[in-house]
Amino acid sequence: MDLVTEFTIFVLAAFVGFEVISKVPTTLHTPLMSQTNAIHGIVMLGGLIVAGFADGALELTLAFIAIAFGTINIVGGFLVTDRMLGMFSRKRPKPADDEQGS
Amino acid sequence: MPLTAVLEPGGDLSTLLYVLAFSLFIIGIKQGTSPTTAKRGNLIAAVGMAIAVVTTLLLDGIGNWGVIVAGLLVGGAIGVVASIRVQMTQMPQMVALYNGVGGGAVALIAWSEFRHGAGGDFPLESFIPILLAAVIGSVSFWGSNIAFAKLQDLIPTRPLAVPGQQVINAVLLAAIVVICIVLGINHNDDPSQALFILILVAAALLGNLVVLPIGGADMPVVISLLNALTGLSAAAAGFALDNVALIVAGTIVGSSGTILTMEMATAMNRSVANVLFAGFGGAPAGGGAGDGEERPHVSIGAQDAAIKLAYADSVVIVPGYGLAVAQAQHAIKEVADELEKRGVTVNYAIHPVAGRMPGHMNVLLAEADVPYEQLREMEDINPEMPRTSVAVVVGANDVTNPAAKNDPDSPIAGMPIIEVSEAQEVIVIKRSLSPGFAGIDNDLFYEPNTSMLFADAKAAAAEIAAEIGNL
Repeated sequence: MDLVTEFTIFVLAAFVGFEVISKVPTTLHTPLMSQTNAIHGIVMLGGLIVAGFADGALELTLAFIAIAFGTINIVGGFLVTDRMLGMFSRKRPKPADDEQGS
Repeated sequence: MPLTAVLEPGGDLSTLLYVLAFSLFIIGIKQGTSPTTAKRGNLIAAVGMAIAVVTTLLLDGIGNWGVIVAGLLVGGAIGVVASIRVQMTQMPQMVALYNGVGGGAVALIAWSEFRHGAGGDFPLESFIPILLAAVIGSVSFWGSNIAFAKLQDLIPTRPLAVPGQQVINAVLLAAIVVICIVLGINHNDDPSQALFILILVAAALLGNLVVLPIGGADMPVVISLLNALTGLSAAAAGFALDNVALIVAGTIVGSSGTILTMEMATAMNRSVANVLFAGFGGAPAGGGAGDGEERPHVSIGAQDAAIKLAYADSVVIVPGYGLAVAQAQHAIKEVADELEKRGVTVNYAIHPVAGRMPGHMNVLLAEADVPYEQLREMEDINPEMPRTSVAVVVGANDVTNPAAKNDPDSPIAGMPIIEVSEAQEVIVIKRSLSPGFAGIDNDLFYEPNTSMLFADAKAAAAEIAAEIGNL
């Protein structure tokens, strides 16, 4: 893929990121940050790719650490987000106390 | 490994699978912005990630399977154990840590790419992204580690400033830029490995020095910013590796993280630049109201507090950072349960930055089984304050300080607050009269309708709950 195409994708993706996150209730800031955090675990793919051409002990070690770090990021990130969000939905609260709304 | 080499890197099928993967990321994030769909959104994003990983594993040129499998197993095991063991109060440092490993991975990938490309034909269009990925990844790794250490109380949370801090940072940044240019000029004839390592080291120093002077209260903004930076570094790595999934996912995290950062900063009435360079959050900031001399205040015990609460019509609980630190969320819930048994209406007023990061308090109270409906946002609960019999402030300080509204000269002037002083009575559960992160005295403590209960939040709440039960 040539640079200009990649740059086009980059700019469009930036706008998608801005759009998709606007007007988030504060309640969800922490889980959402944790989730986007898990998504940048995508760097793990980079670790897989460099492992392919890694040569010599240093490069193999770099690839190993990069893959391990990226996997921690992905697995830990998604699991912990799931745990957090589970707390919100664990128990649908009793329908009392409704009249204090307005 | 001909068996696995079924997809061409950059070929149609692998690209389409990547498109599918990042579409799922976008849908996942979008659903993450609403409480009803957030859990499903997270699952959708995780499926996207699984597709991206499997696609990459099937690419032609992927090899050294021993390293790959070992990395996946070790990383996966650590990730699973860490996310099961972590307590909800530790969530901010967990996010910081995950963020750090992400940045670290980028820096190492960049280093590996640099070694791989050096000596041969090394086009600038992958050379420059490699340098960017190395710098941002390294800053993010070290900055996040410092943030983690501060939140975990491994190092003091107060701002640690080195004299001439700004100058040192500027020099480091300039050095990084200069080395990058030198490397760039020589990009085609064996650029120096030593210089590249020097960049990683300089960026590491910069990451440490930028985050060290930032106080604990501002840490959430910093973590969010580092999160955005790591996303951008992943995108840079994507440019270097010609991988569209990295470019898109990294960029989306970068830009959405930027928005989140700005929203958090706004909720704290700060600008991001102010957080990064002002070193606020510890220095007494001069001229805070009446240092030294004791101002008159009313102090009560748990029993008095229990009586005030038990005979109230409506109670609003205002939880803050101190509640998170004392892990008092369950004890507070017990107080609320006792009150509800007596027919008292109980609500919780959640300031946007209550807890250790935005939304953190909601997670903590949800953990203690507080019904979602009782968690009321600031704008929603403030108009009800004058009709509230008792407001109980637990471990919150600056976010209740009426000076933000009444005193235009206050350092926190204009910061949105929970207007507890409008309530008929106020009980503040706090260890002492000491100022909060803003370093200023809280006028609330000295108002005639305020009673101070000096105690640890958790112990006090447990005692109050027991007293109410005995009434």
